[in-house]
This record gives sequence, structure tokens and C-alpha cells, in this order.
Amino acid sequence: MTAMVSLHDVTKVFAASTAKGAPVHAVDGVSLDIERGDVFGVIGWSGAGKSTLVRLINALERPTSGRVVVDGVDLTELSERGLRPARAGIGFIFQQFNLLRSRTVAGNIAYPLKVAGWSREKRAARVAELLEFVGLSDKARQYPDQLSGGQKQRVGIARALATNPALLLADEATSALDPETTKDVLDLLRRVNQELGVTIVVITHEMSVVSYLCNRVAVMESGKVVEQGSVYDVFSRPERDITRRFIGSALHDRPRADVLARLRQRHPGRIVTVAIRESEGDSGVSLTERLRAHQVDGAVVYGGITEVGARPLGSLTFALTGDDARIDALLADLGAHTEVVEHREVTA
Amino acid sequence: MRDDLWPVLWTAIGETLQMAVSALVIGGIAGLLLGIALYVTRPGNLLSNRPVFYVLNILVNIVRPIPFIIFITAIQPLTLAITGVSIGIGAAIPALAIMTTFGTSRIVEQNLVAMDPGVIEAARAMGAGPLRIIATVIVPETLGPLILGYTFLFVAIIDMTAMAGAIGAGGLGDFALVYGYQRYDQAVTWTAVAVIVLLVQVAQFAGNWLARRVLRR
Repeated sequence: MTAMVSLHDVTKVFAASTAKGAPVHAVDGVSLDIERGDVFGVIGWSGAGKSTLVRLINALERPTSGRVVVDGVDLTELSERGLRPARAGIGFIFQQFNLLRSRTVAGNIAYPLKVAGWSREKRAARVAELLEFVGLSDKARQYPDQLSGGQKQRVGIARALATNPALLLADEATSALDPETTKDVLDLLRRVNQELGVTIVVITHEMSVVSYLCNRVAVMESGKVVEQGSVYDVFSRPERDITRRFIGSALHDRPRADVLARLRQRHPGRIVTVAIRESEGDSGVSLTERLRAHQVDGAVVYGGITEVGARPLGSLTFALTGDDARIDALLADLGAHTEVVEHREVTA
Repeated sequence: MRDDLWPVLWTAIGETLQMAVSALVIGGIAGLLLGIALYVTRPGNLLSNRPVFYVLNILVNIVRPIPFIIFITAIQPLTLAITGVSIGIGAAIPALAIMTTFGTSRIVEQNLVAMDPGVIEAARAMGAGPLRIIATVIVPETLGPLILGYTFLFVAIIDMTAMAGAIGAGGLGDFALVYGYQRYDQAVTWTAVAVIVLLVQVAQFAGNWLARRVLRR
């Protein structure tokens, strides 16, 4: 079975905005495959090119070079008119919701159905079904201005799903929402994926969104995809600094320099950070067993462990006291199984 | 004011309204289309077309600054060709409608530029074509501000109809000039002023009310 979305060496260059400025390579030689049923995260800081990337997938932007294939259809070969039915088969939700303020909630959800030429009766039935699905049946006659941010995004999702698309694109869909509402919307997206079987592409700058929702991820920096794979693999074995920074931004598990300085003042011994990953089997229990085996005393002084794709990920920082040779042996032992970083004191 | 002038005043009010409403309807519709054309052909927009945009833009910039009193006399040959008359209401309406068209186009364009382009992107993402987007997104989403814009225009049109009075178009401007200014009768002039102020107030009130209803505020 072919991939839901295939990008082949896709590049998008925007002309310089000023006469003297250089052209901007928003997306630079990106190739990736998104399989059916995936919840695929694209993570990057703002300006990394991820919003342009997602707009290439539904051809709101045309690539400068490369091919974009969605559901077996090469979008780069279609005319602007030919793209319209293709776009109608791809749902899109926006950070700022982009609801029509002049239409009611029901009117907004019915809009794509009108575009697709559904009859009035079929539209009404489908709108009622969608309102039920997103839990807003009582808001049908209200206008977007009367809704909260989370409710507006639910309408956005219902509207995007109206024509039964096989693919849903979400551009920073939760970035304008508070944490509680974010979780509700992510849960709804998860239902869209699991109950309706819709493939979802999630654009975000928030690691927590990726770890909560996605099974696969691509990390973007300066228009390029610098790492991609299963969420757990990418985040448990980051190869790039940018990926480590995203993990740190979500976990806060590794002590910063100022925290380290305080830890040193407070605790005697050597300060060591040990990565916690599922595959090594290095749970907290086995760590304490190893400490005992090497006759080293260790106090947990910092750390954080969370779940990514229902598997543990994080790190613990110890203050180790005891014979230096024994500590070295312990670190060598641990280092054979997982990532170990000793924070040596910087001597002036 | 002399009692025998009242019927003349009533006729003048009728003429002014006839000119103003004709100009608002003809120029309002033509101006809406021209304003939409200016907006959608603007580089980077829905039907981005640099040559068309520049031609329209320059055309509007040429016509709009011409003082109306000069414009109405300058296009008299055209008016004669269209209506067959060169004085009276019929002679004033083409000039009023043309000037209203160009004035409207700028007001429409300004309101559209201020609209959040995100809704247009959303409609494109749903597979809607440009004409559908214009009719079902751009116009409805800006209707409130557009109504206020048209209210503003109506007031400007009343102003222009008074000037049309100078070339014998009839209406309140003509009434004030002929019976007030030329006969040194200040009471007549001020009566005309009072009627015009009243007309403008009613128009502004109606426009505000309608815009509020559309905006649901």
C-alpha cells in the first residue's frame, strides 16, 4: 500500500521581500513518507519552515521543485482548478481557527459540504453528526464570537472532517489554547485518528504535543528535516542539539548550569546524570541494585521521567559518594547500557 | 421663508433623494465590483495580477481627485451622449454615479484589506474557487464595515448633489443657490441646510443600525 503523503526532495523558495534581500528557502530538500493511520508530528521552532511544509501537502503553496504525492495523486502535476477536489479531500485546521464570523457554528461546518455540492438534507444530517462527534450539539446556532478558544477549535475540526477526508493537517492547532483546553483538543484529535482512521499531520513547536499524540516525528530546522523516525526512537536517542533542546523544553529533567552549581554546594560527591530509557531495562530499581553492587552511595538530586508513546523517557541526576575507583567502575557499568554524563567541576 | 417656496422645497428634496439614491445604487454596485477587483488582483492575493491591479489602481487615482464641480462639466459631452440632456437630474446622475463608483472602490478595497486573510486560506483549503470565495467569504465577512462605508458614501453623495445644483441639476443645492443665495434670503439657505443635516442624520442612523445588526453587537 502506498504512503498517504510522500514528499520527494521538495523545496520552496520565496522571492525576497525587499529588493536587496535574499530569497528565502522556507523548505529545503525535504523527503518524507507519512503512512496511513500515522499521527505524524513535525516539530520545529518558528521560522523552521514547518507551516510552509504543511501548506505544500494540500497545495496551498506550490513547491519550487520536487514532488508532492497525496493518496497516490501527484499534486504537483495538477492545475489550480484540478487541485480544488484534491484540497477538499484534505482537512486543515488552523492555529487561529479561521472560522467565518458571519456564519453560525452549523453554517461553518456546512460550508465545505456546500462547496462539495451536497444537498441541503444531506448537509443537515452530516452537520448534526459532526456536532455530536465534537460535543457541540447545543452550540449549532451560535456564532464563533460567542465561543471559547477550545470550542472554536472543535468547530474547526468538525469543519475539517465534514467531507470525510482521509488526511487531516493541523497547523499549530493548540498553540492558541491553554494547557487544559489543549489536552481536550489533543484527545479529540486522537479520537479522530483512532475511531475514524484519519491520518493526521501535526505541526507544532511543543514537544508535549508530539509526545502525547504522535507515533512518528520529523524535526525541522532551517527548512530541512534533520531527524525523523518513531517518536520514541528520535527522542530517546536524539542526534541533534535541536532535538535535545525540544526534549529538555518538555521534560526539564537535566540540570542547567546554575542548578548544577547549587547542587554542588548542597551535596558532596560526584554529580552524574543517567538517562532512563525503556529498552535498557534500567529502571530505578536496577539502578539502585547497581549502586549496591558497586558499593557506592547515591542520592537522587534532580531528574524527570515522562512517557513518550507509552514508554518511559527521562533522566535522573545522582550525587555519588564513596571510593573514586568504585564510582568509576559503576559509571563504566552504567555507561555500557545507557547514556551517562558526569558533571565535572570547572576549575578556574 | 415665503410660503409659496414650500412646494419648491418639497420638489427639491425629492430631486436630491432621486439623484443620491440613483448614484448610490449604480455607483455602489459598480464600486463594489471595482473595489473587489482591486483587492483580489493585488499582488499576492486571490487572483493576483500585477498589470490589471496597476491599471485599475492608476485609473482610480486619476479620477478620484478631480473636484466634482469640474468633473460634472468636463464629462458633459459624455452625459449628453448617454442621456440626451445636459441639464437637470438626468444630466447629473451619470457624473454622480461615476464619481461614486471610484469613491466606493477605495472604501471597499480598504475594508477588504483589513479583513483577516486566514478565512480566505481556510476556504481555499476546503476547495472553494475564487468566485465562490468572493461571494461567500469576502463580501459576507466584511458586510458590517461595508455598510458603514456606504453610509459614509451616502453623505458624500448628498454633498455632490448640492454641487450638481450649480449646473442646474435641481435638488436642494439648486434650491439654496437660486432662492437663497441669488435673492439674498438667508432663511431659504438655512432651511436647505437644515433639511440636508436631517437627511444625513437619518442616513447615518439607518447605516449604524444596519451595521450593528449585521455585526450582532
